[in-house]
Order: sequence, then structure tokens, then C-alpha cells
Amino acid sequence: MSDDAHVDGNAVGGMMIEAFGAEMTAARSCCAECGTVAALGALLAYTRAPGDVLRCTGCGVVMLVAVARPEGVRLSLGAVRWIEPPAGPPVSAAP
Amino acid sequence: MRSLVLDCPGWPGHLPGQHVDVRLTAEDGYQAQRSYSIATPADGTRLTLTIERIADGEVSPYLADELRPGDGLELRGPIGGWFVWEPALGGPLQLVGGGSGVVPLMAMLRARAAAGADIPARLLLSARSWDEVIYRDELERLGAGGGLEVRFALTRAQPPGWTGYARRIDHDMLGEVAWSPEEMPRSFVCGPTGLVEAATRALVELGHDPATVKAERFGPTGGPG
Repeated sequence: MSDDAHVDGNAVGGMMIEAFGAEMTAARSCCAECGTVAALGALLAYTRAPGDVLRCTGCGVVMLVAVARPEGVRLSLGAVRWIEPPAGPPVSAAP
Repeated sequence: MRSLVLDCPGWPGHLPGQHVDVRLTAEDGYQAQRSYSIATPADGTRLTLTIERIADGEVSPYLADELRPGDGLELRGPIGGWFVWEPALGGPLQLVGGGSGVVPLMAMLRARAAAGADIPARLLLSARSWDEVIYRDELERLGAGGGLEVRFALTRAQPPGWTGYARRIDHDMLGEVAWSPEEMPRSFVCGPTGLVEAATRALVELGHDPATVKAERFGPTGGPG
């Protein structure tokens, strides 16, 4: 899965804030297919489809799809075993 | 290349490495949105974006050519909690950038300088030519201040007498300029996807713990802008 067409989960951070109500790129996720644990910000992101597709860095399976709709973001769950929000602010709270 | 200084009432502050989404809405309701890294550390309600103009882009030509002082913009942010660094996190700091991928790294270096932090830092920055190196003068000035080593890789054209690298960032180059894994640097890699893939792979091959190598990809060179 190392083509040039993807970016990474950082690019979907704004949509995830809308969906979760919180900053989520530092949240850890576990792939239900292969067990790889990675920050959502590190997942492979394909943002040129209708909807932003997040794939596992280990096996490439689709883990999440975020679709912006006029009434709000819809997050479809794929092969996600769990998502664990960051324990606190990433570093000290922003001033 | 154009840097925009924005005043955002109610801005909650941000961390170096974070970005914003900028949304433009046309008169007919058509919307286009792009992400831009914040180039400056937190400074009240003020933040700076550095815009690379993509010739056939939907958003960057407007921001680079048409936006005027006093115009409004729709912003969402700050975004990002993973690709972030601030002086309290310590170092050494290992920064690798390509093209406009230097922008969030610059926010980190500016935060480091503003804090007067004595954190050792290295920046390896790739650009097509010397004229395309963003923040060139400021980087040279920061590099002369001690504690920061800046190295350039110019991939297409080099000025006469150029003594820096004249090829894309690769394994051997990172072996020469990166901190060793034993020094446990915090690594941040930002740029076009191809460069990020090559640099992160090389750092891991050189023995760096993948958990300490954070990346942000812009997509293919040129991007959708």
C-alpha cells in the first residue's frame, strides 16, 4: 500500500473532530483484520474518493470511512477492533 | 508562495505541527476545502499560514493571489494532536521536510527559538532549487544561532559552487545527517507522500523506533491545492 495516492489520517483530523467532537489524530486504533495498532493520524488516508477512506498501515484493510454530508459527518466503521482516545492533551494544553 | 497572517477572534491557541482546514464557498454554493499547516507558534488570536500556489488548484490561487487584508475566511481548527511538538517535549529534534512540508516544521523551530530552548535540532530540507526553499533566510539565521543544524537537498538545480546535497532524500543521506537511534530523537517528517514514504522507511531501517517517527503527507507533489 505504498503508492503515492494516499496521504495520512492527519488530513482527516477536521472531519474526525466533527464526528467525535474531539481531536482524534492522536487516538490509537487497532485493526480488526491484522491487529496493527496505530494512531488515527498515521493511518493511510485516501481522500479523493467521495468520502475519506482510512486504511490500516499493516494490511491495507478499510478501517473507517468519513463522509461529509450537509447534515453532518457520517463515520462508517470497517475493520476496527477498538479506538482509544488519547488520555489527555497531546502535550501541555495549548495556551 | 505567500504567508497570510490571520486574526481569528476566539482562537483557542494551537501547538506547532497543527493545521487548519480552509473552506471557500462560491456564490453558487460550491465549496472547496484544503488543509494548511500553521507556520507560527501560538500567538494569541493570530496565526500565519504559508500558501504554496498550485496553478490549477481550487483554493490556493485564491489565497495566494486574491485574498486582501480585511477579507474574511472560513477556518476550522486547530486540528491535529499527533503530529505536534512543543519545547516541553524535549529532543533532540529530527526534522525532515520536502517543499512546503517545511511549514509545520518551521512552527516547531520558531517555537524552539522563541522559548530560548537549548534543544538540539537538525533539519534536512529538500527542494527543487535554491529559489524554492521556503523560509531560506530565516532558516540560515536560525541555523547560525547554534543548536540547530540545517542541511539542504536540492533535487533539480543547484547554484554554482553548491556544496549541499544534490539528490532526493535517501537512506544514505539520513544515515549521514540524522541523529543516531541511541540519541532517541523525536522525528517529524512532512512533505509529498513519496518523500515521506522514503524518509520514514529509511529512518526505521536505520534503527529508529517507528513510534518515534511521526509523519504528515501532502499527497503527490503539487497536490490538489
